[in-house]
Amino acid sequence: MRRPRTLAVVAALLRAQLRLELRTFEALPAMCLFVVTAFVLFHFGLNVDALSGNLASGVLWVTLLLAALLAINRIYVADAEQGGFDAFLLSPAERVALLGAKTAVLLVYLAVLELIALPAFAILLLEPSLWQALPGMLGALALGDLGVAVIGALVGALAVRTQARDLLGPLISLPLLVPVLICAASWSAPLFDYPHAAGVAVRWPAILALYDALFGLIAFALFDFLVED
Amino acid sequence: MGVAAESQRERALALDGLTRRYGERTALAEVTLTLEPGLTLAVLGPNGAGKTTLLRVLATLLRPHAGKVAVLGHRLPAESWAVRGRIGLLAHEPLLYRELTARENLRLHATLHAVPRARVAQLLDAVGLARRADEPLRTLSRGLVQRAAICRMLLADPDLLLLDEPYANLDPGVQAALTPLIGAGAGKTRVLVSHDPAGALREADLVLGLSRGRVSFLGSPSELDDAALRGLYA
Repeated sequence: MRRPRTLAVVAALLRAQLRLELRTFEALPAMCLFVVTAFVLFHFGLNVDALSGNLASGVLWVTLLLAALLAINRIYVADAEQGGFDAFLLSPAERVALLGAKTAVLLVYLAVLELIALPAFAILLLEPSLWQALPGMLGALALGDLGVAVIGALVGALAVRTQARDLLGPLISLPLLVPVLICAASWSAPLFDYPHAAGVAVRWPAILALYDALFGLIAFALFDFLVED
Repeated sequence: MGVAAESQRERALALDGLTRRYGERTALAEVTLTLEPGLTLAVLGPNGAGKTTLLRVLATLLRPHAGKVAVLGHRLPAESWAVRGRIGLLAHEPLLYRELTARENLRLHATLHAVPRARVAQLLDAVGLARRADEPLRTLSRGLVQRAAICRMLLADPDLLLLDEPYANLDPGVQAALTPLIGAGAGKTRVLVSHDPAGALREADLVLGLSRGRVSFLGSPSELDDAALRGLYA
């Protein structure tokens, strides 16, 4: 019996999940609709013409994180309901390949979401130019998304096996996502200053990268126990 | 290696006091049996007797809570990794994604089992599904989905087949066509769960009767007369 290459398994699972999403549209449209709706509500609810600095950064990241919860709750549902978990567990593939695939799926979802969310944010709420902030934002988005994806892939696997997955997913995810929120929002805030500020404190990217790495290791160590009986 | 361990290595199945619980409820209690390679074990019993739980323990999907379990010479759960890929499970559910086509599902499983893609086309032909292989499973009849599930089970050419109602939803002609793949002549060790006792007994070398998780009968099919058979379902 040959063991499959882990990267090949990750790629195959990622392809399957993206095909499922393209045929069912269960997660992405809901995430995009939520984000745009939230920005519209903030636009009218805050009763200000435009946001900048800390407030703009906070509104953007809180909205993105809440939208991500919709995906975290969905990424394992087809596996749980249609036997994908069992089929995967029957194979000799490394269990961590499933974690890798679901992390990659969440990263793709978040990237697509941000393609919609950032222009909507710029139009509805942001005072400074998005183009000025964007180069600096790419790093914050990359590390922020990675943290959300790893935590989501781990917590989703835990929550989907319970009766109350819609409650448990956010309940466990949100406290774990708070450090990601603090780092990403603090990193982004100077980028949204108006007039545009000079630099970004180095400590926020460093702490966020450390948190991502730490959670990656925890997920790697725990995932086998979560998916096995 | 001792004599006992050596003999365990040669057996397809060696269960000694297998017990499995769900919370307070005992689904399997003290199940003990051995099965030699290439033979068929028929598992009979009423609903809730523990048949599906037994299959899931043998498939490494559930851990035994007590007792010793060896499958294809490997102790479970410690050596589960060594038998995965050598076990084919045909469960109530097809274990396939409904929105994907049969071919897409099977290609995914081919990657999971490190099997060449050519094997997918070969199996689709063998079960007569090639013509409908590119339609989403949700659009296929239950019989066609069952054929796709049989392909999934056979992809890695497993040594042990765990079959839960393998002929469900299949018409007699298709059943006959699939017999060389999953029937007694396939040369595999088989554990066959069926609600058709007559059919199961025709194929079995050994019969296990379960009642509320306990062994109510263990012997050859010839030892099971009509009265004993009715007793299994009482």
